[in-house]
Amino acid sequence: MDFIQLGLGRWLHILAGVMWIGLLYYFNFVQVDALKAAAADNTGAGITKHVAPRALFYFRWAALVTWLAGAMLLGSHFHEAFLFLKPAYYPIGVGAWLGTIMLFNVWVLIWPNQKKILGMVSATDAEKAVARRTAFLASRTNTALSMPMLFFMTASGGVFRTVVFG
Amino acid sequence: MKNPLDSLWGTVISGLILTLILYNIIKYALG
Repeated sequence: MDFIQLGLGRWLHILAGVMWIGLLYYFNFVQVDALKAAAADNTGAGITKHVAPRALFYFRWAALVTWLAGAMLLGSHFHEAFLFLKPAYYPIGVGAWLGTIMLFNVWVLIWPNQKKILGMVSATDAEKAVARRTAFLASRTNTALSMPMLFFMTASGGVFRTVVFG
Repeated sequence: MKNPLDSLWGTVISGLILTLILYNIIKYALG
């Protein structure tokens, strides 16, 4: 049972997490500026039509799988981490909260607004402008939050934990 | 004041500052 929960669970958590945060960094470090440049010569249609929907599909589902695998890893210690009940779980508690806020941003702020931006649901130009700004800020917030989130995830165990927190 | 999240590097610096703040809080809480 430990092999499934802690062995395969950790592997799945990291696999899905790499896909989630990798795509988050793709959006923020590559696609935002690429679309700005493409708007200047009207070449952005291919990105919005073919690339963005596929990237968003893996992005949002990887986010959910990452969180679920993380919850499975915490197992019976889930509440101790989220409620900061034991010092041993303080670092992972911070990481877990940051990851949870990021998951919320993906499913509640980014994805519904991206559907409007990409024309998957009908929206007026004014609604699209608001959606674009909201999705952009939520995505940038997640990029900023990913830094402490990854720090606390990696600082929660093994040698790094001892080095960082003593 | 300009929103730091409008700039990519503003976002990265915000993330670093937040990491430092949270690290110090947890380090202090752990004694």
